[in-house]
Amino acid sequence: MLKALFNILIFPGFLFLIIFGLAAEFYDRKIYARFQNRVGPPWFQPFADFVKLVAKENIIPEQADAYVFKLVPVFALTSVVTAFFYIPLWKTGALYSFNGDMIVVLYLLTIPTVALFLAGWYSCSVYSTLGAMRSLTQLFAYEIPLLTSILASALLANTWSLSKITVFYSLHPGLWAFNLLGFIISVVTLMGKLEKGPFDIPEAETEIVAGSLTEYSGKLLALFRLTIDIEMIVGASLLAAVFLPFGLTLHPAIGFILFLLKVLLIVSIISLFRTVLARLRIDQMVNFCWKYIAPLAFLQVLINLIVKWTLVR
Amino acid sequence: MHDNMEIPVGPQHPALKEPASFRLSLSGEKIMQASVRLGYNHRGIEKACEERTYIQDLYLIERICGICSHAHSTAFAQAVEEIAGVNLPKRAAYIRTLVGELERIHSHLLWLGVAGHEIGFDTLLMYTWADREIVMDILANVTGNRVNYGINSLGGVRRDISPEQVRQIAKAMDALEERTKYYIELASVETTLINRLSGVGVMSKKDVLRLGTVGPTARASGVARDVRKDDPYAAYAEINFNVVTDNHNDIYGRTIVRLGELMESFNIIRQVIKNLPDGPIAVKVARKIPSGEAVSRYEAPRGEDLHYVKANGTESPERVKVRAPTLANIQSVAFMLEDRYLADMPIVVAAIDPCFSCTDRSIAIKDAEGKGKKKKIVDWESLRLHGIEWYSKQGIDFTALNKRFKR
Repeated sequence: MLKALFNILIFPGFLFLIIFGLAAEFYDRKIYARFQNRVGPPWFQPFADFVKLVAKENIIPEQADAYVFKLVPVFALTSVVTAFFYIPLWKTGALYSFNGDMIVVLYLLTIPTVALFLAGWYSCSVYSTLGAMRSLTQLFAYEIPLLTSILASALLANTWSLSKITVFYSLHPGLWAFNLLGFIISVVTLMGKLEKGPFDIPEAETEIVAGSLTEYSGKLLALFRLTIDIEMIVGASLLAAVFLPFGLTLHPAIGFILFLLKVLLIVSIISLFRTVLARLRIDQMVNFCWKYIAPLAFLQVLINLIVKWTLVR
Repeated sequence: MHDNMEIPVGPQHPALKEPASFRLSLSGEKIMQASVRLGYNHRGIEKACEERTYIQDLYLIERICGICSHAHSTAFAQAVEEIAGVNLPKRAAYIRTLVGELERIHSHLLWLGVAGHEIGFDTLLMYTWADREIVMDILANVTGNRVNYGINSLGGVRRDISPEQVRQIAKAMDALEERTKYYIELASVETTLINRLSGVGVMSKKDVLRLGTVGPTARASGVARDVRKDDPYAAYAEINFNVVTDNHNDIYGRTIVRLGELMESFNIIRQVIKNLPDGPIAVKVARKIPSGEAVSRYEAPRGEDLHYVKANGTESPERVKVRAPTLANIQSVAFMLEDRYLADMPIVVAAIDPCFSCTDRSIAIKDAEGKGKKKKIVDWESLRLHGIEWYSKQGIDFTALNKRFKR
């Protein structure tokens, strides 16, 4: 019982996620700045921003639904933290697992987007409403390819459980290399999920101010920003577990360092794309996802089926 | 969901660097109707000019715009010089040309960065603005200021250029040319950039002529209109350069035109510093300008800038009228916005390189909702009364304060 509480609240749960999430935000901002010939923020900037926001007053618009307005950030944060417990991190097998937890994790990772939609919709401001609509439109564009590419990897392992996927790939080292296409697809779709890089359409500053979060301030905004940071970690950990499942049987300390490196690698790729690409329009984004990304994801499924019939018996 | 959503962009909005109000009627992501409202930045400079001497006006006029300040002060100086019948010394004409082209370089690099920012490509903003520092340093070195150079005087320029400065300029041009070539390459290969810019803000040659747009906005639709070529001033008659045009008709074309103009500017500056004639940099102009009137044109980075000055034989002008390039271009914005996506709105507005404070000529008061009552034009006294009344409604009374300071 005590151990479970420690796991949930401190390590590798809530506290670890907050610290790692904010540190990853710093890393993202710093290398983004260095790519752009800027100095970038000091290491404590995300922490300072968080403390500053928490210390500020919550302003809730008169027309907004105060109950939903206050509830959704908590809802979003809880779901991403919960998803983290089912993802294998630096050893095969997660903290908790059951058959079918892969679907649950993907479902839990969809909740922040739905929360963003609700936040925007119930803010009752034009910018928020537009941002909310865009969040949802974008969800329909990236969710299917993301699910399909992760499913392809699971198909090869013949299981619906993330923990068993890592066990399978540890037993068959090198097989993960067949999933590289799926890895690229899921990084691209993760960028859509995190609303980063060329897919920051729902919060396009020059068009709709801050999208869904336009009316948010103070503690609620801090919670939302924390959610997005943690979502980045959880999403990257998920991809690391599914697509980069190597070194999981090594000593836990080495495994832990490898885990951090894998997550930072994925964050780096996201930052790089954010640097070199201009923001797409929502119609271009949907076109791109359905025209190129989704067929490629199905191609990955096909590849894995062939690999499964020929190599894995 | 409402069929048509009204979305206000401005007067305060992250996409706008200056206050202006665009009301967009949206159906989903599509803009069905756009209306533009200006007048948030009116400063009454034309009127103020009538109460100052010509020399003072030169500095006031320069402050119409922070970016094309040299354009305005040169246009004004040219008009006054024409009335006074002054012959500009050759060296002064060359120095004016030099500063004018340096200004064009900094303005176009600034525009490129702003355009990048508007389409969510902040890396371009950071890169171009870092490169812009090279030309800003040169401007500070040559004129003494980074903006509002104050290099013009009536009848010439105020500062000479030393051989050392000429060397520095030549070096800076080489560095900037290399960077500009990089941007030209970037504009021809970067897919997201091309996708966001091409086919957006389309204006055919016919529409350009009908709406009377000027500058790069017109030249990107194949209209080779450039005051430097059509009606040469300063030293442009003696310099070889091309008018850059393009047939894309859209914002991508405007980007290409501006990048091409950067290359032309480097070429012009090299010719200017190579052929810099010797001689005086200014002639004396009497404080009282004889009666007369003149119109002067200048190709500012944003397009044709037009100044009209009427003199009445005293130390101050009787009337000064400025037609900044944005006024000619702003009509086209509402036209370009219709039937486009909301996401294109910031870049369409930015593509004309707007300068609203240059353009505003009046303040009109409307009720906040913009419905009902007709607009009314407010004169100075009633504006003052309106202010006092507005503040007293808020519970703030300045009567005691005014008495204390004997106003």
